[in-house]
Amino acid sequence: MYTQGLNEPSGKSQAQPVVEDAERLRRFQARIDAEEKIEPKDWMPDAYRQTLIRQISQHAHSEIVGMLPEGNWITRAPTLLRKSILIAKVQDEGGHGAYLYSAAETLGISRAEMIDQLLSGKAKYSSIFNYPTLSWADIGAIGWLVDGAAIMNQIPLCRCSYGPYARAMIRVCKEESFHQRQGYDVMLKLARGTRGQRFMAQDALNRWWWPSLMMFGPSDGASQHTALSVRWKIKRFTNDELRQKFVDFTVPQAQFLGLTMPDPELCWDAAENRHRFGEIDWREFQDVLKGNGPCNRERMAERRAAHEDGRWVREAAIAHAAKHAARAAA
Amino acid sequence: MSENRDWPLYEIFIRARGGLDHKHVGSVHAADARMAIEHARDLYTRRQEGISVWVVRSVDIVASDPAESDALFEPARDKVYRHPTFYDIPNEVETL
Repeated sequence: MYTQGLNEPSGKSQAQPVVEDAERLRRFQARIDAEEKIEPKDWMPDAYRQTLIRQISQHAHSEIVGMLPEGNWITRAPTLLRKSILIAKVQDEGGHGAYLYSAAETLGISRAEMIDQLLSGKAKYSSIFNYPTLSWADIGAIGWLVDGAAIMNQIPLCRCSYGPYARAMIRVCKEESFHQRQGYDVMLKLARGTRGQRFMAQDALNRWWWPSLMMFGPSDGASQHTALSVRWKIKRFTNDELRQKFVDFTVPQAQFLGLTMPDPELCWDAAENRHRFGEIDWREFQDVLKGNGPCNRERMAERRAAHEDGRWVREAAIAHAAKHAARAAA
Repeated sequence: MSENRDWPLYEIFIRARGGLDHKHVGSVHAADARMAIEHARDLYTRRQEGISVWVVRSVDIVASDPAESDALFEPARDKVYRHPTFYDIPNEVETL
């Protein structure tokens, strides 16, 4: 999902294997099995800590980079109401990033380190945000499909074994439903509009459908981290399970809009009580993850510029605070 | 390594409605306490989730050690007589 890059070797935990205390590990697993939450100061295996740091920070980076494709349309939203809604949504995404960075910080990594990892290209973020938003309909498609896929992944994360992550996800999920519904509302208006508007909606669906399915990450056979993450209850469902659920939920929604999914192999399998769908282009997925998607360079350049442009503000705020603290002390 | 490059961390406590306690909701980075309140407003009350905010520097919070929680909370464990349900009162006795 927002953490597709987890399959990359992490370096840190592999370079310094920690000899874990077997008894502590056993008690830790027993707590997880009993559905107890693990809290920041509790003992945890180093691999659990590193896995969470990577997953939560990648999730946070995805929220932050995710502001860019939609921010692109704030100045061109068709009405003042749409513009207000889009600003609120993009602000929420920034907020989600902030909740998640806070949760990751409880594991002992600093905010500055995480930002460094993002800006240096070391950390990953979701492949979906490396696709361009070419028309207003893309804003509808993102809310409906991208946020819809995100909800599918995030609802089980509300029960994640790590307390601060689970609590952040509860907050995120409460807000995410607005995102999905406003997106579907945009699609609905276009689908009921002029021929040109219907065409726009279909075109956006054509471009966002497959990348949305890729958001769930590699298929189960190719995903290296699923088993351990499931045992630790960081993950409750596999990538393919969530992807299937998303397809089953979304196909009827597209039918209601009178739009066609860009997948000739998509069909209902009555015997299995689920949709069958075509094979994802995994080469494209890997390519985008590696940095060669349509917008990877643009997104990173924008993030770096925003960080640099904000430097004087961060420094001035600290100087201002120090000056006032000194005056108060005098 | 880069801890000092961040603005200080503040823990945020929000009172959702009059009559309720302030409850811990998360944390923000801010240059000073006033900015922490404004950031907390933007981050945790975008949908009217609060009417009052407390901010506390995270470094000023002293917490008990989970590894010692058995010893710390042990004294309360064998004092079941502190609970009203410990006492069997005959049914005939009313308003007790």
